[in-house]
Amino acid sequence: MQPLIRRSVRLLLNDEAVTLDRFPPDLTLLDWLRNERRLTGTKEGCAEGDCGACTVLVGRLIDGMLAYESVNACICFVGALDATHVVTVEHLSQPDGQLSPVQQAMVDHHGSQCGFCTPGFVASMHALWLNDPAPDGDDVDRALQGNLCRCTGYEPIVKAALAAAKVEPSEANDRLTAEVGTTTARLSALVDGARIEINHSEGMSFVPADVDDLAQIYAEHPEATLVAGATDVGLWVTKQMRSIAPCIHISHLPDLKSIESEDGGLRIGAGASYTATRAALAQLAAPLGELWDRIGGAQVRNMGTVGGNIANGSPIGDTPPPLIALGAVVTLRMGEERRTLPLEAFYIEYGKQDRRPGEFVESVFVPAPPEGAHFAVYKISKRRDEDISALCGAFLITLDGANRVSAARIAFGGMAGTPKRAAKTEESLIGQNWSWSSIQAAQGAMEADYQPLSDWRASSAYRMRAAQNLLTRLFLETSGAPARLVSDGERMVLEAGE
Amino acid sequence: MNKSFQPDSTAEKIIGGAHTNREHDSASKHVTGAAIYIDDMPEAAGTLHGYLGLSARAHARITALELSRVRDAPGVVAVLTADDVPGVNDISPAGLNDEPILASGEVKFYGQPVFAVIAKTRNAARRAAQLADISYEDLPFATDVKAAMEAGHPDVCPPLTLQRGDVEAGLEKAPRRLSGEMHIGGQDHFYLEGQIAMAVPGEDDEITVWSSTQHPSEIQHMVGHALGVPSNAVTVQVRRMGGGFGGKETQANQFACLAAIAAKRTGFPVKIRPDRDDDMTITGKRHDFHVAYDVGYDDDGRIGAVDATFSARCGYSSDLSGPVTDRALFHADNCYFYEDVRLRSRPLMTHTVSNTAFRGFGGPQGLLGAERIIEEIAYQLGRDPLDIRKANFYGEAGRNVTPYHQTVEDNIIERIISELEESSDYQARRKAIIAFNKNSPVIRKGIALTPVKFGISFTATWYNQAGALVHVYRDGSIHLNHGGTEMGQGLNTKVAQALAEEFQVDFATIKITATSTGKVPNTSATAASSGTDLNAMAAADAANQIKDRLIDFAAEKYSVAKDMVVFEPNRVRIGNQTFTFAEFIEQAYIGRVQLSAAGFYKTPEIHWDRQTGRGQPFYYFAYGAAVSEVSIDTLTGEYRVDRVDVLHDVGRSLNPAIDKGQIEGAFIQGMGWLTTEELWWDDKGRLRTHAPSTYKIPLASDRPRIFNVKLAEWSENRKRAIRRSKAVGEPPFMLPVSVLEALSMAVASIGDYRVCPRLDAPATPERVLMAVERLKAGG
Repeated sequence: MQPLIRRSVRLLLNDEAVTLDRFPPDLTLLDWLRNERRLTGTKEGCAEGDCGACTVLVGRLIDGMLAYESVNACICFVGALDATHVVTVEHLSQPDGQLSPVQQAMVDHHGSQCGFCTPGFVASMHALWLNDPAPDGDDVDRALQGNLCRCTGYEPIVKAALAAAKVEPSEANDRLTAEVGTTTARLSALVDGARIEINHSEGMSFVPADVDDLAQIYAEHPEATLVAGATDVGLWVTKQMRSIAPCIHISHLPDLKSIESEDGGLRIGAGASYTATRAALAQLAAPLGELWDRIGGAQVRNMGTVGGNIANGSPIGDTPPPLIALGAVVTLRMGEERRTLPLEAFYIEYGKQDRRPGEFVESVFVPAPPEGAHFAVYKISKRRDEDISALCGAFLITLDGANRVSAARIAFGGMAGTPKRAAKTEESLIGQNWSWSSIQAAQGAMEADYQPLSDWRASSAYRMRAAQNLLTRLFLETSGAPARLVSDGERMVLEAGE
Repeated sequence: MNKSFQPDSTAEKIIGGAHTNREHDSASKHVTGAAIYIDDMPEAAGTLHGYLGLSARAHARITALELSRVRDAPGVVAVLTADDVPGVNDISPAGLNDEPILASGEVKFYGQPVFAVIAKTRNAARRAAQLADISYEDLPFATDVKAAMEAGHPDVCPPLTLQRGDVEAGLEKAPRRLSGEMHIGGQDHFYLEGQIAMAVPGEDDEITVWSSTQHPSEIQHMVGHALGVPSNAVTVQVRRMGGGFGGKETQANQFACLAAIAAKRTGFPVKIRPDRDDDMTITGKRHDFHVAYDVGYDDDGRIGAVDATFSARCGYSSDLSGPVTDRALFHADNCYFYEDVRLRSRPLMTHTVSNTAFRGFGGPQGLLGAERIIEEIAYQLGRDPLDIRKANFYGEAGRNVTPYHQTVEDNIIERIISELEESSDYQARRKAIIAFNKNSPVIRKGIALTPVKFGISFTATWYNQAGALVHVYRDGSIHLNHGGTEMGQGLNTKVAQALAEEFQVDFATIKITATSTGKVPNTSATAASSGTDLNAMAAADAANQIKDRLIDFAAEKYSVAKDMVVFEPNRVRIGNQTFTFAEFIEQAYIGRVQLSAAGFYKTPEIHWDRQTGRGQPFYYFAYGAAVSEVSIDTLTGEYRVDRVDVLHDVGRSLNPAIDKGQIEGAFIQGMGWLTTEELWWDDKGRLRTHAPSTYKIPLASDRPRIFNVKLAEWSENRKRAIRRSKAVGEPPFMLPVSVLEALSMAVASIGDYRVCPRLDAPATPERVLMAVERLKAGG
């Protein structure tokens, strides 16, 4: 059945209702805010979602409840913002100009120097303030992973975030809280179940009504670019000036956001964000939660999707190594037709996946690690947080009663043209005693599995040596020995004046 | 002063005077997004946008430059090449005529600007810039120091030698001797606001340029040069930058000149803003250095002789490489006395973007060389490097003359070190760490305490001058203008605090205004940590001129002695009468007193003769020290900074909160330089780390898990700098050398602290692991 078609995107920008009916598919929220709306508080620092100077809040109704998340406006497309509330830094102080508690704390703690990154920090901190009533120092660090400051060294900013947390958001001190009722009503009124089609000389933008509608549009336009979180596609536009027309926005589709327990694992809709999936995956296997916390910054985790990370086929891709090790199965859909395949089979070679024109990743099933198995994920990067892996290794090792390896699934990113299993390494371990000598043999076998590249993230020699050493780490950890630096909650933030 | 602001004329103290924690003058605007940067300014109708077309070769002759597809692209209004520069196609700040605005004939680095597109939108200009068809004939190239040395590259400017004593004899007679080498990486500034300029054409030959620059007077000079017009036709304005760090001392010239040329040519305002990738590709960086050292010392670790050569990657042109490599030598002693010494610089030409100023200006690399020597000696002797440091500090007469023959007269490093050693519990922690390492196979810890001594003044003596313009209006409000530029360091705030103190008025009485070449002429770059020292003194001079006139006026009008006219908080007491400041100013206006003054300051006492390598280039020194503790993972090279304690000397601080912010910020920036910030060129000579996705500056989570920063509150500048304060911008940048050395100690634990790990910078996890592997293999 052909759904209702609307030819405009409707959203709230600060306190104004906006209807957009003519824009190119690649119009970013940042360019629209700065160039067309003259809301210049939001800055461009990198145009690739790494510096956070462009951070804004985006409010959405989730099951009727209004929730705000931080987003990188530089790589967020306007077409994806139907029925949302976009909040820029200009809207965070009170209508009479009084600073928000976050803004006031930033002033009081000398949290700005050059000031260029500051609006982005204020937006990220405002999101933290609304969403976490009692953050500790590590929570603040995590919330600020996506914001770069080159002047302050961060200490005063973190102090400001902690000071602001002592003030509870209320109708009296927070405009968003005061307006939550009216905003909810205004957003609800924008939801009409329509498909959106925007015609523009530079190409079409589609916003499907639901997943079935997506399947239909994509089957009709197999050349279209599917845009979920845009944390990758956004860069095609901002960095490579590639055309993404026609484009189909899918990040709003509730059916693609489902996260459901299913026999022995979790089924994750392809449109579920890192943020949305973190808790369930951490419960399934704790190392996944730790890894998720090191993917991008908070903004990227709010936008980016597990399905997108799988589908873009990066040789590094942070999520595929552990998902492959766990034996994840991906469901692809074209029109009404679905097929499934093991995730590792989806990756054919560098830049090539087993995905036909018009076919899209609908969901991925992630099995829980078997009872008693050792599951570990180790990401190695130049900078600990918000960096792309130099290498990322995932290990699922099952031992039998005699301490022999009965099953081994090992996968690495950053070691080959695709995320890839270490077949020879696995083979050398299976059937052997879980011992130092088996590990050493496996380290030798790994050289037959991978011939890593040298690039700006790491040299080939380092990648190989570190990958081999991760087997040592795994072995030590399975025997209970401390074998890595962990975030152990020692973070001390001194109060001002101490 | 907004209309509702009423200063309290009965107060005991003014609000926001000197030595108070006044917040940054723009803090409220920063947090609300109301602070205006150049790209935020409303654009006049018809404003055009420029974008640059770049070389795709590291070194080549251009055999054909075919730009017709660029010209025909939608929205394009003009395409500029070297031939379109009406004046001189050169922006060499050294005056060596080696830095074209646009390359012609030959390109000398990958990414060198070859042409500029001017179009109706930035997007159109950016897309069109991709359409050039350029043919090249490749020429040989070398991008790093070693390759340039091997290829016999020339120096980009004359090298410097500093010497004192007889180094050959000193090396000869030393009981022990060692030699080695060190590689030190460069650094991108990564100011959050990228380069930008907007030029608006005026009548006749006039033009106004808004530029994100630390050096408006040089922009004025270069734009005049490029347009072929005198400086009086060019006005340059800058309200604030979104960060500078030295990256906007000369690097803004190119964009300002092109915007001006395009504006004059088209008759429309023109704005040029490269994206982050182009910004990082086109603009200069901190110099990489190769240090070769030969050292004579004794069994107590006391250094007798040092012979060292500091060779720098300077890029294809001179830019500021002369004074940068000079300053490396000026800091290659750090806090240590070398009895016989020879320090040589080699500013090498490489086929890379021309290296430029960056916080510390060569000083950090020089200092790092000195600290490597200390480490080498310590590991040779099996001693704590701190003991070796103490054995070599500058001391009394006979041990207090630098390699450039300036006597160190204000040395406070021993007091700083001993206080920090105690407050950080250094000795006990070092013992505990050594014990921990014995029982920890994978995780190893390290701790290091390193000192800093940094010379304050431009070594180009004539730069040490500044001007200010102060107006007092009839309502008692004050307009402050000076030649310095605000890039986040709080300069405007500190200068206004100093001015408020002179007039005894609340900070809010003063309006800080954009730097303009039309208000204060012939200014120096806001650089060398000197912004407050120079400009606050000039502003104080202006205030004192006005006050002298006001005192004369009041003494005459009220027939009192001059010393009976006293400026008290927000009021003036004349004999037994008191008026509010505003009332008094109105009287002075009616009495026809000139209420405006141009202030001026030049730093006294300094001189420097580069030919002989002798002089007193620095007015004074700033000191500091830090203790850093780290943990490393010997399986992967990953690490964490566990704790840092800093004690730093800013004299009598004008604003302790701002100064502390400078110290913390400099520390993290310096830590980035020495740890995760790695510039990586591929085999085609192309920089591949040109955006935050690939170039990793520290995050909040990288800062030390415990970070104690204290000012040496007892310190007072022995010189008459503004209210006995000291400069703060650059000196603390070198405190995180302690992080590198702590990492080095953690690695050294593998070899029982008897082998110097020779950990080069940046110490990425890869370099740490490779050093661990080297020591595991026996050194």
